[in-house]
Amino acid sequence: MLGGEGGVTQMEAWREMGLSEAEHRRMVDLLGREPNLTETGMFAVLWSEHCAYKHSRHMLKTLPRRGRRVLVGPGENAGVVGLGRGLALAFRIESHNHPSAIEPHQGAATGIGGIVRDILAMGARPVALLDSLHFGPPGEARNRHLLSGVVGGIAAYGNCIGVPTVGGEIDFGPRYTDNPLVNVLCAGVVAKDRLMHARAARPGSALLLVGSYTGRDGIHGATFASAQLDEASQERRPAVQVGDPFLEKLLIEACLEMVATGKVEGLQDLGAAGLTSSLAETASRGGTGVRLDLDRVPLREEGMTSYEIMLSESQERMLAICRPEDAQELIGICRRWGLNADVIGETTDDRVLTVRQGGEIVAQVPVRALTEEVPGYYVAPRPPADLDERRRVPEDLPQPDATQSLLDLLSSPQLCCRRFVYEQYDYQVRTDTLMTPGGDAAVLRLRGTRKAVALATDSGGLASRVDPYRGAALAVAEAARNLAVVGAEPLGITNCLNFGDPDRPEVAWQFAESVDGMAEACRALGIPVTGGNVSFYNETEGVPVHPTVVVGMAGLVREPDRIPAVGFRREGDFLVLLGSPEGELGASVYLEVVHGLVAGQPPAVDYARERMVQGGCVALVRRGLLASAHDLSAGGLALAVAEGVLHAGAGAQGAVVNLPVPIGRVDGLLFGEAPSRILVSCSERHLVRVKNVLERWGVPQQVIGRVSAKDLTVRVGGKPVLSATTEQLRQAWEPTLERMMSG
Amino acid sequence: MRWGVVVFPGSNCDQDAVGALSCLGEEVVTLWHEDEDLAGMDCVVLPGGFSYGDYLRAGAMAARSPVMGAVRRHAAAGGLVLGICNGFQILCEAGLLPGAFLPNENLRFVCRTVQVRVETNRPAFTRDLEPGTVLSIPIAHAEGNYRVDPQTLERLERAQQVVLRYCDATGEPTGEANPNGSVANIAGVANPEGNVLGMMPHPERAVEQVLGSTDGRGIFRSAAVCWAARGA
Repeated sequence: MLGGEGGVTQMEAWREMGLSEAEHRRMVDLLGREPNLTETGMFAVLWSEHCAYKHSRHMLKTLPRRGRRVLVGPGENAGVVGLGRGLALAFRIESHNHPSAIEPHQGAATGIGGIVRDILAMGARPVALLDSLHFGPPGEARNRHLLSGVVGGIAAYGNCIGVPTVGGEIDFGPRYTDNPLVNVLCAGVVAKDRLMHARAARPGSALLLVGSYTGRDGIHGATFASAQLDEASQERRPAVQVGDPFLEKLLIEACLEMVATGKVEGLQDLGAAGLTSSLAETASRGGTGVRLDLDRVPLREEGMTSYEIMLSESQERMLAICRPEDAQELIGICRRWGLNADVIGETTDDRVLTVRQGGEIVAQVPVRALTEEVPGYYVAPRPPADLDERRRVPEDLPQPDATQSLLDLLSSPQLCCRRFVYEQYDYQVRTDTLMTPGGDAAVLRLRGTRKAVALATDSGGLASRVDPYRGAALAVAEAARNLAVVGAEPLGITNCLNFGDPDRPEVAWQFAESVDGMAEACRALGIPVTGGNVSFYNETEGVPVHPTVVVGMAGLVREPDRIPAVGFRREGDFLVLLGSPEGELGASVYLEVVHGLVAGQPPAVDYARERMVQGGCVALVRRGLLASAHDLSAGGLALAVAEGVLHAGAGAQGAVVNLPVPIGRVDGLLFGEAPSRILVSCSERHLVRVKNVLERWGVPQQVIGRVSAKDLTVRVGGKPVLSATTEQLRQAWEPTLERMMSG
Repeated sequence: MRWGVVVFPGSNCDQDAVGALSCLGEEVVTLWHEDEDLAGMDCVVLPGGFSYGDYLRAGAMAARSPVMGAVRRHAAAGGLVLGICNGFQILCEAGLLPGAFLPNENLRFVCRTVQVRVETNRPAFTRDLEPGTVLSIPIAHAEGNYRVDPQTLERLERAQQVVLRYCDATGEPTGEANPNGSVANIAGVANPEGNVLGMMPHPERAVEQVLGSTDGRGIFRSAAVCWAARGA
């Protein structure tokens, strides 16, 4: 195992730290000598896949990043989009998969801590958290342990720092069993003129280390995240850090108070690769150098080596850059909040990162070598051999009783009620949450304006497993649609791309297809990508995780008081379906849950139609014509109607639906999936206006039924095919997750 | 009437309380945990959150902070004190209210809107509410399982110090309506004089319809009504 200077001989150190022979040679060339152990460690973490995007850079460049409202694009701690009135939204999603697989509670908790500090580094007040979580089937005890640990960790950390967890998703699949995915999104609000950059722009500035003492925890966390998990991974528990949310809360308040003085020149969190990456990145962005004195870094333990201090991933630390004469004032603010703050070095004009300890230079590396000279890798993609087979749906599939199928879907882990999870999160703190968890998108009002921000996360789900290209495109389209149902226009996307070993040609194919699909959808829908994160090596003993693209999208709501409900509101209201009534069975949750198949070709997105449906829906919301609106996604039309019933207010907990005889199968009509579809309800008084607005937008539409007081009936061609009482639906949907977790 | 909201390190709902009071047109400032006098406040609010990280026991460290000495003197002089969630825990730890808290019965944090029944309008903070009124107010806590010994419970009930009780929509304090296992469904308790109230639900989260309920207004309004009557 890696240890202090004495623990590893220099010759083999780079190999143990995950560098290849070619990378070692390049390092020696850049330096003009053999690096010492501390320097080797610094190269190893900054050249790790986690920090350097070695296998993904060339693809990520193809994503559209420009947009009218984009203030900060990829490359900073978070993307930033303008909200009008001098306000901006910083948001980013990041994975904490590897730590969560080893120690779910702390892994997830420190994931929250890290992403919150990314937002804080932009000078923004964190206002919302969302999580996209992926686990193995909950029938297995270990997966339940991981789920409850992760949720508990998010709750413990997020609740304590007073940032509401307002949304997200939970997904299950066999390939997540040993590699759960924990992707956390944080959004923050900042006044444009207070926007911070993680940049050390001029020499002679003081480097202020704020927050926690530096300890031996988490050394080489970044390289750990850049390797596969195996039996020995459990022994790497020390590479998982322990979070202190109370300290983080103090850090938030102190940093925002420091930023408000106008005396902070740059702000950067200490995350993966600790001081090393924090200093190298701020210096690199600013075109400066850094002189660091390790004797001034407050330490938790005695006798820590330069190697350990430079690579420590102790949590809850931030780096602030200021003029030397302002340091005392900023330190005073930190002390008032009970936080430690020390000047640990200064910026220079030599573009070199120089580290001293005990009066001697212990590391000296050109900044560029660490951040700009990282090799990139291209692995030729190869589609899986059984692709055609996977994309076929057996033609002789039986059609079981539709009522039973609906109840099976409602009680499946994939689609059942998530309340058991989101009730563990404080989703109301800060008193800005207008749309609480359980709906399509979370909505938070923007203080000092009449507007609100909408946030949603979506992943490619089953579609990505058979067709990563379409899966990624569908995820983008669905996220945008989730925003449309609350009347929001999309501002930007942050994404988290989770895959196996990138040197595997099949994984390279999944990755390339996913990025291409996402790029196409973003271009077609006019939504810029403002940042994100790539997580490779999510595999155990040669079995990679399902390719998983998570899209986090932010949007602007102009009329927050007109947002329709998710569920039905009044008996007698009309149900209007926007988009095509028929879905496809390929890669549908219906096939998985009812037929035990993950197969078939997922539908392609027709972008012209998608834009019309979304535009039409936003127009309806903004005119205040809708009582409810809900996106059709997993489970198709039948599930959307059932959810309308389950989320309904008193006296409107039912529906009578009449559908025309489909061209294809009846189960395709009821449970098939397709993009560009939204179910809305409106009063009789508004029906004509709703139809007119949709016609103007060119949206295919039909009235498919009415809201009733209770119970659900669906007729196809006049014949009843599905009927369930509200109580039956509720009993299937509501208790599943809690029952499962206590089982 | 002047309101002061105490900010402890780790307070999360201080700005929410300030926002709610401002929204109701009240004059409100924040106080710092190191303040040793309350600068002429009429009502002090101890807000929700995780004061000092709640690392020892919820509210235990905050109860020993400098500002609590001032709060104690303020309460003894008849000034109004409202402890919400963590604030309720702090008041119990400080001995200003009886009882203590255990983790919720299901051992999980719970965030949801619950119903509570107003048991008495004797204390300042329910003066303007009819006993029997059912209020819809959110809760968000991990340690809300209120405990007192049987003798104290009897004394509290007799002296009408049990102010709020978890109940169903019809006002019945059923077991199902109890979100955390509190004894006798207790959600809020006052001191014998009625000028100090601790409650687990967050009234500051229920003063605007856009957030789902305005039932929290009654708590703040009652205090204002009571204070005005005292001044008259």
